[in-house]
Amino acid sequence: MHLPDIIRPRQKLNGALRQARPHWRFGNRQLAQAASLAVVAVVMIPVAYLVLGAFHAGAEGIDYLLRARTLRIVGNSLALMLTVTACASFIALPFAWLTARSDLPWRRVFLALGLAAMVIPSYLTAVTFSEAFGPKGMLQSLLEPIGVGRLPSIKGFFGAALTLSFVTFPYIVLPARAALLRCDRNLEEAGQSLGLSRWAVFRQIILPQLRPALSTGMLMTALYCLSDFGAVAVMRFNAFTRAIFLQTESYRLDKASMLALVLIVLTIALLIVQSRLQHGGRHYRVGSGAARNLERLPLGKWKLPAVAFCATVIGIGVLTPLLVLFSWLSGHRLTNPIQVPLTELLGNTVGVSAVSALVVTAAALPLALLAMHAASRSDRWLVQLAYLGNALPGIVIALALVIFATSNLLSWYQTLPLLIVGYAIHYLPFSIGATESAFAQTNPRFEEVARSLGISAWAALARITLPLARAGILAGLALVFLNVMKELPTTLLLRPIGFRTFATRIWSAYDEAFLSSIALPGLLLVLASLIALAILLRQDEGIA
Amino acid sequence: MSALSFSSIVKLLAIFLFAATPVMGDDALTVYSGRNESLLAPILQRFSEATGIEIEVLYGGTSAVANQILTEGVNSPADVFIAQDGGALGALAAADMLHKLPAATLERVADAAFVSPAGAWVGLSGRARVFVYSPEALAENGLELPNSILDLTDEQWHGLLGWAPTNGSFVANITAMRVLLGDDATASWLADMIANGVQAYPKNTPIVKATIDGEIVGGLVNHYYLFRFLAEDPDITAALHFFPGGDPGSLINVAGAGILKTSDQPYDALALVDYLLGDEAQSYFAEITYEYPLVASVAPAVDIPALADIEAPEIDLSALDDLKATLEMIEDSGALD
Repeated sequence: MHLPDIIRPRQKLNGALRQARPHWRFGNRQLAQAASLAVVAVVMIPVAYLVLGAFHAGAEGIDYLLRARTLRIVGNSLALMLTVTACASFIALPFAWLTARSDLPWRRVFLALGLAAMVIPSYLTAVTFSEAFGPKGMLQSLLEPIGVGRLPSIKGFFGAALTLSFVTFPYIVLPARAALLRCDRNLEEAGQSLGLSRWAVFRQIILPQLRPALSTGMLMTALYCLSDFGAVAVMRFNAFTRAIFLQTESYRLDKASMLALVLIVLTIALLIVQSRLQHGGRHYRVGSGAARNLERLPLGKWKLPAVAFCATVIGIGVLTPLLVLFSWLSGHRLTNPIQVPLTELLGNTVGVSAVSALVVTAAALPLALLAMHAASRSDRWLVQLAYLGNALPGIVIALALVIFATSNLLSWYQTLPLLIVGYAIHYLPFSIGATESAFAQTNPRFEEVARSLGISAWAALARITLPLARAGILAGLALVFLNVMKELPTTLLLRPIGFRTFATRIWSAYDEAFLSSIALPGLLLVLASLIALAILLRQDEGIA
Repeated sequence: MSALSFSSIVKLLAIFLFAATPVMGDDALTVYSGRNESLLAPILQRFSEATGIEIEVLYGGTSAVANQILTEGVNSPADVFIAQDGGALGALAAADMLHKLPAATLERVADAAFVSPAGAWVGLSGRARVFVYSPEALAENGLELPNSILDLTDEQWHGLLGWAPTNGSFVANITAMRVLLGDDATASWLADMIANGVQAYPKNTPIVKATIDGEIVGGLVNHYYLFRFLAEDPDITAALHFFPGGDPGSLINVAGAGILKTSDQPYDALALVDYLLGDEAQSYFAEITYEYPLVASVAPAVDIPALADIEAPEIDLSALDDLKATLEMIEDSGALD
């Protein structure tokens, strides 16, 4: 998940604040650096081990990579990525425009529900889609009266693309909508007064201003597709993450790490494109513009189709998963003989998520301090390296830890601490970002007063700054908590024997077609995800 | 949040961390299972209740778990390996990782075909490979029951069939085909099945469910899954077909167990294996999982042909140990794509 990308604009603002306060404020700088170095080492060593191991395979490894089957996996992943990015854009652009700039009725409700699609775990969306739109699913029973006896299976490319399009389109809606709200109305009016049609105004004036936001959203979607495991695994589409999982699960770690290496290269290539795209072109207004409310364009006779469009998007992306889960609550075909008490699942899920969130927040603290001051080049590098964990797909981190533990730390293998390390590597950047922002917004004067009254730098950090930054740090903690709750591939590969969470329960129940065992854990995860959304939106304030 | 409540939360979480960490190594018996949790867990729990021996179980695919034990080597924490296929046990026996079992244990099994000739593993229950199908869908599509698994590559079955290519029993069936028909014929059968639009499922249960729901006309599964559905809804219209004439599609395999040489508690491990061959566990396999019990004193509980009446291919189950080559073949065929 790349949720924190949405709150990046705030970090840029903090960059400006940072200039004003170059002095190291908190305690012993060397200590913070040493702690950061230790955290970054934990992040980097398994990944480095994986990469070096893959290189070690040498000619045999290259031979494996060049086999037709491996190349097909590359092709599968790229095709999925491009298709989903295109489809998600086609859904997101009208959705963003309608909710931002038109007089669409119930637009706030539509927007909030639409964004909810983003936080439902992809495996849950995939599981419910494959049942609802399957050969004898809900859709087929709706079509039965007109003589449709059986629909073609959606497993494979189509199902994976469908699922991911509906999970990712909000990633494009958010930046596109924010850009639409910022658009310079004066330009549009100038265009109209010069005789451009409404469509021409959109194409020639609005769309170019949207370009940076759109490319950001599309790249986030593309990255999501490359790293997502749940949707392709459930839909049995052989993209990288599924292929890596199958190889890891059956202990062919050398092959798995070759595949992971290619995936890392693809991911880094995308990240480079992203950083290039963010520079260049001027799409901002020059003057301050007149401050006024955006006029909403009347839809007129298009109102009904517009409502139908938004309702369909939400009906598929959000209501379908919920409906299917509710329908399974009352039982479905086969009773699972393994009844796990809900309290055990809840305890494990909440417990491991809470511990992980605390570990991540603590580990992020020294890095956030460094990030805020980032005086030296090495400090900046440390922070950048810590951010790497979020760019890497969860399955790659899990694989790296499996390889590292089985060859060096066998006593840690399949234990909770290693699982928590896996989560921590992946979600550390969430907490660094949130903590850094929170620190940056505290007023250094309070501390200076405290110091002048004779308390130590550490005491000032603990008694003044941390309490002031509390809200921001807690928001980061909550984000990590809620993402760990939903996490699937790392949990599957690193969990201790017999350790069950909501996510693993859903996974194994789906494997054996015990659909009714999915309902309650699924609904609880959706509920938790909605809380995550509320936190995000409150931070982002992009929703007016 | 005050400092006090924060520290008490940390304490609570620390307590959780210790409480949730499963007991590792010391006294719990570690079972690596290639059998589904839903089939095995209830009887393992009864064993723990009867003997007081704690068990912790790693569940996975049979071939995946076998691979894991082979990779872990002497470091493997596993005491007992329970597989849904004699071949996976044969692979561990071939790597000299399994204890020789005592004669008293091996002799519980009535038919010598279902134990390792070298005594390295013992069958716990029997299962037949079958074609599960929906008679309605068969008639709707104007199809007749196939005489051989090899007939399923025929154009008339296009897009109507299901299989579970990562499932241990399927893998064993492919190994049997390699032994009976040769590698080339088996590889081209796999390729033809894929070209014929066979639908892949993660396990056997979803294939039976898809057949009942009318998603597919039929699929290749073990015989007992259908009975689990029938137990909940006797009105289901799906049936089993045993390919006749010693067809490779009618393989009879076993779910079996072996004890790891590296086990630190071989006596508890043996107690478990003996328990699973006892009348109580054998009745469980007959009545709850609808498999063939392998001891003389317990009979099958459902209406299926006796093991001896199935026209199964003549094959030595321990000879199905070339798991690696079969997995490579399935992978190369594109069945997992």
